[in-house]
Amino acid sequence: MEFPFDNNIPIYIQLLEYMKIYLISGVFKSGEKLPSVREFSNTFKVNPNTMQKALAELESMNLIYTERTNGKYVTKDEKLIEKLKDEYAITLAKSYFQGMKRIGLGKADSIKYLERIDE
Amino acid sequence: MKLLEIKSLNKSFNTKEILKDVNLSISSGKIVGLLGKNGAGKTTLIKLINDLLTPTSGEIIIKGNKVGVETKKVVSYLPERTYLNKQMKVSEVIEYFKDFYKDFDDEKAKKLLEDLDLDIEEHLTKMSKGMQEKVQLVLVMSRKADLYILDEPLGGVDPATRDYILDTILSNFNENASVIISTHLISDIERILDEVIFIDKGKIILQSDADKLRNKEKSSIDEIFRRMFKC
Repeated sequence: MEFPFDNNIPIYIQLLEYMKIYLISGVFKSGEKLPSVREFSNTFKVNPNTMQKALAELESMNLIYTERTNGKYVTKDEKLIEKLKDEYAITLAKSYFQGMKRIGLGKADSIKYLERIDE
Repeated sequence: MKLLEIKSLNKSFNTKEILKDVNLSISSGKIVGLLGKNGAGKTTLIKLINDLLTPTSGEIIIKGNKVGVETKKVVSYLPERTYLNKQMKVSEVIEYFKDFYKDFDDEKAKKLLEDLDLDIEEHLTKMSKGMQEKVQLVLVMSRKADLYILDEPLGGVDPATRDYILDTILSNFNENASVIISTHLISDIERILDEVIFIDKGKIILQSDADKLRNKEKSSIDEIFRRMFKC
């Protein structure tokens, strides 16, 4: 799988986004062991140091934790993942409404459009 | 301890100053882009680090040693132009490297060549320029060195091979080593860089963490470079 990166934005921030989606969508489940930095950097085709930085950031957000000598794990706190998912969904919804507003459609109309689309 | 340290380095050819008061230090575990236009002094700097030229003044220290026999043992260098005897077969070149460098891993070289579908019983003369470049890169990356210096490794290769070369660099460099890649094809490699060094008219203009620079300037390294060195 290819992971596109925008060279205008710090790579670790984009890695952080990819990782958040992995956690939200349950690719890596609560309490599950994560692949190594090396494996991740091979998958994303990025510098291991940059990958390390993104993982450190996730760790500072308590979304993952390090078990001494044993590697990194996804947090056991499922509420934290739920909260992340909620925040992410809100951001997506906001950006949808902003787009609709730009073409002159209010919230009520925007919701009608959503209902017209069946996946 | 710094892996590479360059102090007040100057290099002139006759009266022409090629490098002017270059000061640099690079630590272990980094992939560093040495970025500059044609004729900025990239290759001269690299040749000095490899002890192929003598500085007019200043010094270059690698792992605590001044450049020379000792430092050549720990530096794996991919020159801009090949120095291999093209009459040789790939398998002969592998033997040659094995004789020459104690840290050369011939099994690894053979495996990488196999991944690339390159026949080791082929003579270099029979291979295309791109294939020869791949062979050379494989040889250089199959040493277990502390510092890899790649001078324009992406020069004459197609985009697919370019990706493969970047992958090879990424997956074969170890945490204790550093890689210096010189290039003017910035957008192709900037994603894998930890640090960037801009060189122009023989002077170091900037040395920075790549992501910090992107964040500060809100644009890509390629874009920043173009803006800075607009002709």
